[in-house]
Amino acid sequence: MAFKIIVCAKQVPDTNVIKINPKTGTLIRDGVPSILNHDDNNALEEALKIKDKYDDVTVTVISMGPPQATDLLFECIAKGADEGILVSDRAVGGSDTWATSNTLEAAIKKWEKENGPADLIFAGRQAIDGDTAQVGPQIAEKLDLPQVTYVEEFEIADNLKDITVKRQLEDGYELIGIKTPCMLTAIKELNEPRYMNMKGIFGEKDIKIWNAKDIEVDLTKVGLEASPTNVFRSFTPAPKAPGQKVVGDTENEQAKNLMIQLKGKHII
Amino acid sequence: MNFQLTKEQEFVRKMVREFATNEVEPLAADIDQEHRFPVETVEKMANYGLLGIPFPTQYGGAGGDHISYAITVEELSRVCASTGVICSAHTSLCCWPIFNWGNEEQKMKYLPDLLSGKKLGAFGLTEPNAGTDASGQQTRAELVDGKWILNGAKVFITNGGYADVFVVMAMTDKSKGNHGISAFIVEKGDEGFSIGKTEDKMGICASSTTELIFQNCVIPEDRLLGAVGDGFKVAMSTLDGGRIGIASQALGIAQGAFDVTVEYMNARKQFGKKLSQFQALQFEMADLKTRIEASRLLVYRAADMKDKHMNYSEAAAMAKLYAAETAMAVTTKCVQYHGGYGYTKDYPVERMMRDAKITEIYEGTSEVQRMVIAGKTFKK
Repeated sequence: MAFKIIVCAKQVPDTNVIKINPKTGTLIRDGVPSILNHDDNNALEEALKIKDKYDDVTVTVISMGPPQATDLLFECIAKGADEGILVSDRAVGGSDTWATSNTLEAAIKKWEKENGPADLIFAGRQAIDGDTAQVGPQIAEKLDLPQVTYVEEFEIADNLKDITVKRQLEDGYELIGIKTPCMLTAIKELNEPRYMNMKGIFGEKDIKIWNAKDIEVDLTKVGLEASPTNVFRSFTPAPKAPGQKVVGDTENEQAKNLMIQLKGKHII
Repeated sequence: MNFQLTKEQEFVRKMVREFATNEVEPLAADIDQEHRFPVETVEKMANYGLLGIPFPTQYGGAGGDHISYAITVEELSRVCASTGVICSAHTSLCCWPIFNWGNEEQKMKYLPDLLSGKKLGAFGLTEPNAGTDASGQQTRAELVDGKWILNGAKVFITNGGYADVFVVMAMTDKSKGNHGISAFIVEKGDEGFSIGKTEDKMGICASSTTELIFQNCVIPEDRLLGAVGDGFKVAMSTLDGGRIGIASQALGIAQGAFDVTVEYMNARKQFGKKLSQFQALQFEMADLKTRIEASRLLVYRAADMKDKHMNYSEAAAMAKLYAAETAMAVTTKCVQYHGGYGYTKDYPVERMMRDAKITEIYEGTSEVQRMVIAGKTFKK
């Protein structure tokens, strides 16, 4: 039986290029290229590494977005994924994270009905356009799967059951053992994503487009209307003021200088 | 008529642009200065299928087309012309003649390793006394007891020092002139075959340009490529395709120099203004951009004609002539707009100008391209 991996991926505007209209607070998307979200690229890479190492592994990429998001699936297949599925329907447009995860949950369930249960679901930690980091965990909850977020190292045993991951924390990490089936969200430290390869670019592409009816999703739980949250305002955060460097020839002297400054400001 | 790239071609550009930016560009200045052949880059190009693009999958190719191949050489050359010509010489000058002229056994024997990049290819036509006049071949091949014996020398062979498979021309019957030339497949390690001097060049310094020496070189009879006497046809048809590769290289050099110069002109200030705000310079840049785009259309048209099995030799000659002269004109101007900095090795335009010059010389000089075009115009 094949080991089945699903990767959730999103097409996002390249934030290196994007600007925000200061008057309306909305993103100026004109002429901005769309790219595969960075963390999702790491998620795909980890799935492809498993496929490289073991026989009989399939990698399916599922995305939600407008019809042109099939480009993202093209790219994922050109990197080595087996198939791509795009859920595209006006009914799911404008979804917030809750509505998005309802849609992706329904898509995954439809896929599982046809192909059997997925062994592993990967997603990126967060998308660079929304920065919420909520969709992955919500999908895991809705599918009732154990999950680990912020995965920076991943190891799977040859039995393809036992997984050990290193989960990044702000001030350290956790080593967590988890068994398949499960859901993991990837961060950029996890790996170095590969490029597309020429054989992949010119090969056959198994890309399907599903609409809301295909995935039998409850229409009262998807789309802009059903979304409990909406974007209040978008803005470019002001750059932080440069920090102050505490200098000193020795560690002792540095500590002393720090104390002088803290006391001078009556912080201690 | 359709001026839109296909989805595949667009993704080829995206892929090679990313690859070139991350893997090729960081090395370009160093390998130029060290005159070092980038073996590590060749290995990476092999892994991603960049060394077998326009060939069918049944032989291990990517199943792509010649426009995609042209885009690949263009994008590599945009940051490093040496890397671009490694891909071009391998693909156009070695893989293609074996694919087009080889019998099924030869194709199955050589193409899978060449197209996967496990082996690198080269092409030997030019001799000390047979450059533009390729018909003056002095390398001889004789069939003795079921084996070919080659004697002579080739010069200026791209990829020479690192190739495993060579397509080599040699005279089998001097009395027949051009019809007395035959083509052979020679392998690295064949008895009596060695690599001579490595050239110290003005540009494309990271590409390996060497002599090939044949001293009673003995190869099996089945290494003959095409029929006896087909060599001149093999060589000329190969060069037609090679010109698309070199035209793409020239196009890439021009585009690369143009792009870094736009960036420079947006940053550099003189007389209280950015260079990009001087109208005289703006107009010059507009002209260069137009020439680059015209080159691109000529190059892609020639590649498209090749894919459609049309007669493309004149189109390839025009593409190579125009793209090479554009590369030289653009890089010369780009050095000029960088001022003193452009003349130093701290900025890439210095290297790009040196690299551009070769595109007017190899795979047929600009004069030869004009001969081809004039020949088609005034043919009897």
